[in-house]
Amino acid sequence: MKKLRFIEEKIFRIIMPLATSLILLSLVLIIYTIVTKGMASLSWSMITETPKGGFYMGKEGGVLNAIIGSILLACGAVLIAVIISIPIVLYMNVYQRGNTKMMNLVRLCFDVLWGIPSIVYGAFGFTIMLYFGMKTSLLAGIITVSLFILPVIIRTMDEVFKTVPKELLDASYSLGATKFETAFKVVIRYGFSGLMTAILIAFGRGIGDAASVLFTAGYSDSIPTSLNEPVATLPLAIFFQLGTPIPEVKGRAYASALILTIFIMVISIISRYITKRFNRYK
Amino acid sequence: MSDNNFKTHISVQNLNVHYGKNHILKNINIDIPDKKLTAIIGPSGCGKTTLLKSFNRLLDTSQSPMVTGKVVVNGENIFDPKVEITHLRKKMGLLSQRPYPLPMSIYDNVAYGPKIHGLRGKKNIDEIVEHYLRKASLWEEVKDRLHTPAVRLSIGQQQRLCMARGLAVEPDIILGDEPTSALDPHSTQSIEAMFNSLKENYTIIVVTHILRQARRIADYIMFMYMGELIEHGPAEQILDDPKEKMTKEYIQGIIS
Amino acid sequence: METKSKVSYYRVNKNRYAKNGMMVLTILACSLIVLIVVGLTIRSAPILFSRPLSELLFSTEWKPFKGQFGFAPFIVGTFAVTGVAVVIAVPLCLLTAIYLSEYASSRVTRFVNPFIDVLSGIPSIIFGVWGILLVVPFISKYIAPLFNVSSNGYTVLAGGLVLSIMIFPIIINVLLEVFKTVPNEMKDASLSLGATKWQTVKKVLLKRALPGVIAAFVLGLSRAFGETMAVLMVTGNVSKLPKSLMDPTYTLPSLIANNYGEMLSIPMYDSALLLASLILLMIILFFNIISRIILVKIERNYQ
Repeated sequence: MKKLRFIEEKIFRIIMPLATSLILLSLVLIIYTIVTKGMASLSWSMITETPKGGFYMGKEGGVLNAIIGSILLACGAVLIAVIISIPIVLYMNVYQRGNTKMMNLVRLCFDVLWGIPSIVYGAFGFTIMLYFGMKTSLLAGIITVSLFILPVIIRTMDEVFKTVPKELLDASYSLGATKFETAFKVVIRYGFSGLMTAILIAFGRGIGDAASVLFTAGYSDSIPTSLNEPVATLPLAIFFQLGTPIPEVKGRAYASALILTIFIMVISIISRYITKRFNRYK
Repeated sequence: MSDNNFKTHISVQNLNVHYGKNHILKNINIDIPDKKLTAIIGPSGCGKTTLLKSFNRLLDTSQSPMVTGKVVVNGENIFDPKVEITHLRKKMGLLSQRPYPLPMSIYDNVAYGPKIHGLRGKKNIDEIVEHYLRKASLWEEVKDRLHTPAVRLSIGQQQRLCMARGLAVEPDIILGDEPTSALDPHSTQSIEAMFNSLKENYTIIVVTHILRQARRIADYIMFMYMGELIEHGPAEQILDDPKEKMTKEYIQGIIS
Repeated sequence: METKSKVSYYRVNKNRYAKNGMMVLTILACSLIVLIVVGLTIRSAPILFSRPLSELLFSTEWKPFKGQFGFAPFIVGTFAVTGVAVVIAVPLCLLTAIYLSEYASSRVTRFVNPFIDVLSGIPSIIFGVWGILLVVPFISKYIAPLFNVSSNGYTVLAGGLVLSIMIFPIIINVLLEVFKTVPNEMKDASLSLGATKWQTVKKVLLKRALPGVIAAFVLGLSRAFGETMAVLMVTGNVSKLPKSLMDPTYTLPSLIANNYGEMLSIPMYDSALLLASLILLMIILFFNIISRIILVKIERNYQ
């Protein structure tokens, strides 16, 4: 009987690393599949040309429209979301710093907003569009995605800004600084790495999400020249082009998947680097 | 008010501070002597730091303190919600237990205060930075790396930087909350020396739990116990001939 | 002297206006939840008022052309796929999180963490492509024959499998946070009584952290519930009640995503689809708020 618990211990010591490996393996498998499949179709013209003869049927051309579209959309959305979220996070962590109860409620709100799936944001964005009589366009897509990444940016930044020591705020106040000055001159600098990480994570979400732009951004074979034109995005380029029977078009989908994955990996690497590097003022 | 000799004066009247059910400061009344170094002594948890922080209204807001009574600075009660506190805080430099350099370069740490208060022009700022870094006897050590992050300095250097930073906004009063408790003996010595030279021009109030330090630097001493101001008076009198039994016991090391 | 006090009033006023502006912005952002609920409710009102709620929720007839909107297949489909995902994720995530927090050396955790981070950043659509390329054929070729059924692979199981991988990171990260709140002294006490490490994990760690563990999985569940693209791509999208893991199914998010194109051309269809998002949102809000409240309580006790 006494031995049993030691056997149990041994068994679990074996299956725990196995479970971990299985999870790592799934990631490796995903990336391997996307890379091998995508490399076969990736070419110079894929990233420098827009599709010829329609994205659904035409065999020629690339996915430049989707690459540019995705970048425009994600940049626009991140810009709007950052402009809105910086004052909010500073308000939470400078002006309302002592008010823990209230701020826990506010944090709960943003956590819950974070949990709302992007398809619901898409549907909500669609109702806004109908209300204002807008058509599917870059602008509508940007607004929807910015709403959807807002809680992501706020909570990611908040986690860093929360750690600003009270004594640092006091040091600034005791020099006669107002809360406003303290927030924008001291706290922002202290949490700079948090700001950058938040921007990158949000950018990754924005560039990778399909469900929120499905209703709102539309799709187009060309690169948009104004905010009111519909715009192609990488995720939707994958989704739509995967649905055709034409192998060349499917190839464009796989190439898009690879390009998107590369974007995400690069973002992940940069944000790792930043969190390590930019803590120099702490 | 336009008297040239005018100095910011702190006067505490019937001050009571509660954090929830805890009565932290009990009916404090005192006029802080100008241009002297006043040490607040007493066992830990006696309310020394709370009293110090109530001078510039930096009480811990997370515990929502309840304050009655007055702290009058320059004729204004700073706990009056109508009083705008920032210009009064400018009159009081603060040195905390551990140095907290602002997340910027050495130069910007000193320049931060003057810039906020409207100082412009690179030349002016350069002058101010050098002047106060010299005053805090830090200039020689950092003049070649003014634009490196302040956190790379040693703790002792950081505390002197905080001193320079505080002096740069031209306060009349310096508040120190056990400012040497995190420092090595050498840095402690240089901070104490700085206090001794500064007290001709500034009113200095230092919280300390080290009696020998109080003896070295203080002109005037306040002894606190359990939130009450038990006794205050000139340093020699309090240290050598205390009137109250409690003070005597503390100085003899019976209570601590 | 005069100019100085003017400058300071400018600064003080700036501070005050900024404070009020920032407060308004914060309140507005928080009320986005309410705005979304209200917006979707208004849009789905036409169908909500034209049919009894029980018919909408429990009928399995989905024939938009005939004006029949029964959401049951989609609600059941969503729960089925999510259920499979959670069943797969529970043991794997629990074992991994225990391993990382209690057993693994810091070198191992430093190696594993970036993987989990990357996994959490991979977009849904990429999981979908992977699902089509690997999971679906695998199920059709190897799993289905095991059960003596023929399947093209687009099944509840495929959806659940892909989803489970998508929710690994969030569950593991929350579990690790929760395990951190169990004091080391408690574990040491158990170990010093001669318990093995695994016994300590079972009797101390898991017991203490149980609410948090549940919250982690509820959070994962609510994340899985709303996942759209990947599920849409691998479950076959047939609006029938699934009878087994090898049946195709149709989830609420897929329904919304798949039919947005024609929703304005059929009467009531747009209202029905927005009702689908409202139902989805309500279920997710319910799970999400519960798990968040549990987690906030745990953190408060910890501090």
